[in-house]
Amino acid sequence: MGVRTWIEGWPVYRQLTGTDPLGRGAAAQSPRSRDLSARTGSADSMARSVCPYCAVGCGQRIFVKDGEVVQIEGDPDSPISRGRLCPKGSASKSLVTSDRRVRGVLYRRPFGTDWEELDLDTAMGMIADRVVAARAATWEDADEEGRPLNRTLGIASLGGATLDNEENYLIKKLFTALGALQIENQARI
Amino acid sequence: MAEAHPVGFQYVVEAKNRGATVIHIDPRFTRTSALAHTYVPMRAGADIAFLGGVVNYILSNEKDFREYVVAYTNASMIVGEGFRDTEDLDGLFSGYDPELNVYDQSSWQYEGQSDEGQQEGEAHADRETASGLEQESHGPPVPADVPRDPTLRHPRCVYQILKRHYARYTPEMVERVCGVPPEKFLEVCAAWTRNSGRERTTALVYSVGWTQHSVGVQYIRTGAIIQLLLGNMGRPGGGVMALRGHASIQGSTDIPTLFNLLPGYLPMPHHRQHETFRQWVDAIRHPEQKGFWANAEAYAVSLLKAYFGDAATEQNDWGYGWLPRLTGDHGTYQQVLDMIDGKIKGYFLLGQNPAVGSAHGRAQRLGMANLDWLVVRDLFAIESATFWKDGPEVATGEIVPEQCRTEVFLMPAASHAEKEGTFTQTQRLLQWREKALDPPGDCRSELWFFHHLGRLVRERLAGSTLPRDQAVLRLNWPDEEPSGEDVLREINGYDVATGAALSNFTDLAADGTTACGCWIYSGVFKDGVNQAARRKPGAEQDWVAREWGWAWPSDRRTLYNRASADPEGRPWSERKKYVWWDPAAGEWTGYDVPDFEKTKPPSYRPPEGASGVEAIAGDDAFIMQGDGKGWLYAPSGLIDGPMPTHYEPAESPIGNPLYGQGANPARKRYDRDDNPLNPASPVYPYVFSTSRLTEHHTAGGMSRQLAYLSELQPEMFVEVSPALAAERGLEHHGWAHVITSRAAIEARVLVTDRLRPLRVDGRVIHQIWMPYHWGSSGLVTGDSANDLIGIVLDPNVLIQESKVGTCDIRPGRRPAGADLLAYVEDYRRRAEGHDG
Repeated sequence: MGVRTWIEGWPVYRQLTGTDPLGRGAAAQSPRSRDLSARTGSADSMARSVCPYCAVGCGQRIFVKDGEVVQIEGDPDSPISRGRLCPKGSASKSLVTSDRRVRGVLYRRPFGTDWEELDLDTAMGMIADRVVAARAATWEDADEEGRPLNRTLGIASLGGATLDNEENYLIKKLFTALGALQIENQARI
Repeated sequence: MAEAHPVGFQYVVEAKNRGATVIHIDPRFTRTSALAHTYVPMRAGADIAFLGGVVNYILSNEKDFREYVVAYTNASMIVGEGFRDTEDLDGLFSGYDPELNVYDQSSWQYEGQSDEGQQEGEAHADRETASGLEQESHGPPVPADVPRDPTLRHPRCVYQILKRHYARYTPEMVERVCGVPPEKFLEVCAAWTRNSGRERTTALVYSVGWTQHSVGVQYIRTGAIIQLLLGNMGRPGGGVMALRGHASIQGSTDIPTLFNLLPGYLPMPHHRQHETFRQWVDAIRHPEQKGFWANAEAYAVSLLKAYFGDAATEQNDWGYGWLPRLTGDHGTYQQVLDMIDGKIKGYFLLGQNPAVGSAHGRAQRLGMANLDWLVVRDLFAIESATFWKDGPEVATGEIVPEQCRTEVFLMPAASHAEKEGTFTQTQRLLQWREKALDPPGDCRSELWFFHHLGRLVRERLAGSTLPRDQAVLRLNWPDEEPSGEDVLREINGYDVATGAALSNFTDLAADGTTACGCWIYSGVFKDGVNQAARRKPGAEQDWVAREWGWAWPSDRRTLYNRASADPEGRPWSERKKYVWWDPAAGEWTGYDVPDFEKTKPPSYRPPEGASGVEAIAGDDAFIMQGDGKGWLYAPSGLIDGPMPTHYEPAESPIGNPLYGQGANPARKRYDRDDNPLNPASPVYPYVFSTSRLTEHHTAGGMSRQLAYLSELQPEMFVEVSPALAAERGLEHHGWAHVITSRAAIEARVLVTDRLRPLRVDGRVIHQIWMPYHWGSSGLVTGDSANDLIGIVLDPNVLIQESKVGTCDIRPGRRPAGADLLAYVEDYRRRAEGHDG
């Protein structure tokens, strides 16, 4: 290492002689920090999304590399949020990537004391069987005066405010056709 | 707003920097208060007294925007002779039935309308089915032509009735009821009125804790009355802005997963009121009245075509006969009580956690412990999935895992990043989300789950000839999995013959040629293009930013924006111009999509006997209302009165200083031993309220599972004033427990002057505050504030009173195990004996 290289490796020298008199940019870089690059730059793809927490509707950009979410940040294009996110929105990468997420079906049998694992298709079939049976057992064709009721009060559902419009549409459509009236969500609460 | 909607609050700060005055009214000093010019502490549950005082200030000082009020509100309309006010009847309006606790509303109506009165039985049915919710976009029935006095002098005109109703809501009364000194109150009145009128507008922003009261709808009505009187509706910078708390809670109201509604605020049929298709449609469109609801038959038929496809024909009334019928209250709280009573077999929870997030947590968990089966779809193992092994009732011995029969399926859900679709945010704006990646493992979207659940149920019922199976077998439910855009196209609506996307709800027909899943969303796929996916950067657009997302209806960003122009169609002022009539072009124009027929001139007057859209005059700015006017007084449609009136919360330490009637007489009650309410008693001497922290989200399912957020707010706590801490011996950072007749919960104590004792009705009232995010699962756990709350509901929308109640607070931790039940019971017994 020559003397000149050694002196130029000294940040104060670069700060005093270079283009960064405040020492907050190039002057302060080490070889390591100079070689760092943003995850957003090396991502394979970016999806334009919306924060899943409150109803302000802040824009999010979700960066994915090698099949993993590597960064979620505010979308500066959004006229609603102008790139900003609150503590919850800023933490939403850890919501998506958390190792606490349930990734397989868990099943608790009646009177059971712990979870068991269950195959997804098996669980779907079991739920469909139970919907059919609950309907059959609690179906009401008509009221006492013969007016139609077409319904079951044996099935209830709660949730929708955190879901997509398209999902709420299918939920309401299917349950209505099944005669299941007792469909509610956070808007009642 | 700074606490729960911080990114939205940036605009308040920006407005403040440009000279706007910011006022914050809240029982507790928050981050919002810290940035406001004026902070007004008040008693929780006294909002109508405060806002009624503002109405009184406006009317007694004639501060209303008279030209706007006469033209655009129902101030000049004459009410029938039979109407009696709460001022005459000590807190009741005319028509009250003390046995059913409901009103016969016929005496509230406009003059000449009384023969169309509503029967008591109907009022009862309306409360049971939360019919008030239909009016989210739906004016209740009134005739188009009503006698008026534009001078506003007639003693029975709405203006004079309003003036008499609020005459006793003086600054002194506001102080007595709310604990707000007159000078502070008058400062708010002066600022609000000074900043409203031709040149200026004031925005009223509330968070939806306002809805969580036994008079919640009337709170918001009072705000709306003020904003109408001051000419702040339909104008830029004005309005009543609800800050809702979930990413698509507006969408799940518009496309309702709610028991009493079908998409677009069409009512779910009632077995007696809507036995036939014709009765149902006429109940929505009210054949004789004004406005766009007159076309409801087209909206209704198009929905049934979307649901049942080719099976919906004119001969079978478009499949109306297959729809299920309401007989009463089937809301979430009735459901929970029915679960406890063993009436419900199966329960789906879709991204919601009632064990922590709903009122009366113990009832929620005991209900879930008495099901045949429970399906929980969530990202994490939330409390509502694990109540059978680690809920508070396991500790008290009320739930024993080996004896709890509920079968539980915890189905892993896809996150917002792992699916495509739209959220509707709090200003009715739909924003499309692109999918970033596939969900991990067996995680699936609701779109996937419900598509396949429907497919599997249809397979099992295939070939059935039972009448009950025909609706689902004939459902328009393709075998292949739909994409989000496929479903959004169906919601938008299409031409049945060609499949082409419709461009607006005005394209809908009642003859079966159009299908539309939600009429108010029609246009979101205009020209076959996903309008909700529009992403022109805000910096490249004007301040209305119309090329970002899509707002219902018809992409209008501000509702009722016809009112931003004067009756002749000219902007009220250059400074506040927004939408106006261009006489040369012969059309409405401006920054926004006009909320009015584009070519109907301001001078248009309807022909004699007109109804529907034709009957809307060129200056009827409120085009969804049956009379085209903004309602200062509601002659029908509200269960608990035509004008907001101060009632005490269902649990209050004081009597009502204004009337003999204490709480809302029409509130929805469930008088059961497992749902006790605190009597007025010195045993429960304090008032409590709850709200959110910036760092957590509702029941914690999306925040207490995350390390960063859990570290930022690690522990349940209770805020008390130094005076209350001294009175009860509470130590900063020590433990305390809070007791009601439902539960006792423990929390760390935060002694802070963010809360201060108030002098109310001649005595000192202490208020305490808690966040409600904690439960028994997650990285950080703690007792749930919602366990403290009983079930009593607003009669219009059946939402619970969970923002105010009475309690006691004591130092130290609560008892554990079975001792906890005995402890709560002992309080209850002492309160009922009034020997506390």
